[in-house]
Amino acid sequence: MDHSNTSYAVEADHLVKAFGKERAVDGISLKVPKGVVYGFLGPNGAGKTTMIRMLATLLKPTEGQAKVMGYDLAKEADEVRQSISLTGQFASVDEEISGRENLIFIGRLVGFSRKEAKQRADELLAAFNLEDAAKRQVKKYSGGMRRRIDIAASIITSPELLFLDEPTTGLDPRSRNEVWTVIRALVKNGTTVFLTTQYLEEADQLADLIGVIDRGVLIAEGTSAELKSSIGVRSLIIEFEDERDLNKAESIFEGMFTQTPEVDRGRLSISVTMKDQSKAAKAIGELANHQIAVKDFSMQQPSLDDVFLTITGKPAKEKGGEANGE
Amino acid sequence: MENNSLEKSIKLEKRPPKASPMSAALTFAWRALLRIRYVPEQLFDVTVFPIIFLLMFTYLFGGAISGSTGEYLDFVLPGILVMTVAMITMYTGLDLNKDIEKGVFDRFRSLPIWQPAVLVGALLVDVVRYSLAATIMITLGYILGFRAEAGFSGIVLAVLVILFFSFSLSWIWTMLGIVVRSEKALMAISMMLLFPLTFLSSVFVDPSTMPNWLQHFVDINPITFVVDASRGLIHGYDVTSELLIITYISVGLIAVFGTLTMYFFRNKN
Ligand SMILES: Nc1ncnc2c1ncn2[C@@H]1O[C@H](COP(=O)(O)OP(=O)(O)OP(=O)(O)O)[C@@H](O)[C@H]1O
Ligand SMILES: [Mg+2]
Repeated sequence: MDHSNTSYAVEADHLVKAFGKERAVDGISLKVPKGVVYGFLGPNGAGKTTMIRMLATLLKPTEGQAKVMGYDLAKEADEVRQSISLTGQFASVDEEISGRENLIFIGRLVGFSRKEAKQRADELLAAFNLEDAAKRQVKKYSGGMRRRIDIAASIITSPELLFLDEPTTGLDPRSRNEVWTVIRALVKNGTTVFLTTQYLEEADQLADLIGVIDRGVLIAEGTSAELKSSIGVRSLIIEFEDERDLNKAESIFEGMFTQTPEVDRGRLSISVTMKDQSKAAKAIGELANHQIAVKDFSMQQPSLDDVFLTITGKPAKEKGGEANGE
Repeated sequence: MENNSLEKSIKLEKRPPKASPMSAALTFAWRALLRIRYVPEQLFDVTVFPIIFLLMFTYLFGGAISGSTGEYLDFVLPGILVMTVAMITMYTGLDLNKDIEKGVFDRFRSLPIWQPAVLVGALLVDVVRYSLAATIMITLGYILGFRAEAGFSGIVLAVLVILFFSFSLSWIWTMLGIVVRSEKALMAISMMLLFPLTFLSSVFVDPSTMPNWLQHFVDINPITFVVDASRGLIHGYDVTSELLIITYISVGLIAVFGTLTMYFFRNKN
């Protein structure tokens, strides 16, 4: 079998994973081209972790098959493991030992000599800004540091395909940006990244291709732009100087848009949802025609809830019991 | 974050060759030792436990069973040695059970390594722990007046037999550690198996003093063979047939429970 000529990092064909009667992943087929970031987007309990665990050889699919880096998941699990790395949703390092020891430990497991493993560990600690915490037990790390040591442990041998399960859930914006920087650097280096997230913004920022999963089913797939235009809905939010202007604007907009505008009297703002962005300019222009002063206005991205609302016709709802985050 | 060093560190020129099974297992053993360094209290079960056992049974039963504690100590020490080490093998399963719940196990299972290394490494460290328990008991025994007729070499041979048997017994607990979901249930099952196995044996009294029906069980209990062999090796009498039977039992345990353990390990949900 020749593996080098496949252009896909992941080719899943109708994967199913059933736990008892529940089908956590219910027939997902997808293709991830090499060298891209694939964002797997879905709410709690959608089946993201289950999908990743199958692709990383940790769970046997109930039905279906998949190729990872050209290797058959069922028949060539060892070869698959040679080409992938996994950073699980919950710390996939040993929290009882120090960060440096973790890196040396994994380094030795993947075949480095003692000296090489130490060198590699120090190199990664420096690159991930973890030198000061190198000798501390991982359980004493902050959430952002944990994520970084976890990802560092995953790239000890520069994997061809890296699975990241909710790499930024629970992180503050600064730590989240640090993780994003790492992911971008990895992709630049040619690693394919398969990440899961609950945030459309994250998928938007990082992913070349986005798959939306709900209740074990892939309900939409495409680039960020494609998804957004298919979802369509965006909100225009306008703030006013005083209540008189707000009231006038409300009556003008009532005729313009199919959906009734939402008015926030406390913040003196009005928000309207629209499919077509050009309508925003028209709305602002109409206000100017009526000499209504606009204090500020902004366009809001559709949220994950909007995505679900539009695609499934019902709000994203938690299916399983487990809460998110660490 | 420094982008230069980050990008440089991401690019790795060559992948190292796959780690050998031996080196992978030793690396896992190294990790277990590191964990002990951070939490030395982990060693309570192999240090305090044996001391309490030895003192308790020697002075509790000594007078009643042998008429004197000194004489009883010579008889009971090899037995308590086997019993204690057999009892602490159960912690192997408990530790594994706790470990599996953590995300780090997912990483181990997704690495391109000889998969049994995860377990073999842990068991290697356990053998070190068992040796520690044995050393402590024998030292304390000597302080209390215990004497081995076959001398030091007899003791060493006996300990080796006990370690070999315990290593094979451990695979029952690793299998249960993977299969049983809760730690409490695992503890209960382990106790349920270990208590009859250790007490209904030749550890404390000569089986000929027991009722007939009990003797039947005691005579086929693997622990009895290990106790008799240890006693023989320590006090210098021939136990070739016992040793042969222990070998069969141990190899059987490893073959059956080692295979089952690996099966469940690979197919764990
Ligand atoms: N080992 C298991 N046994 C039984 N049910 C499971 C198991 N693992 C997952 N499930 C169920 O499968 C469904 C999908 O879970 P999964 O963890 O894949 O969701 P997720 O998208 O990763 O959610 P989250 O965002 O909360 O991490 C849930 O209903 C969950 O309860
Ligand atoms: Mg998950």
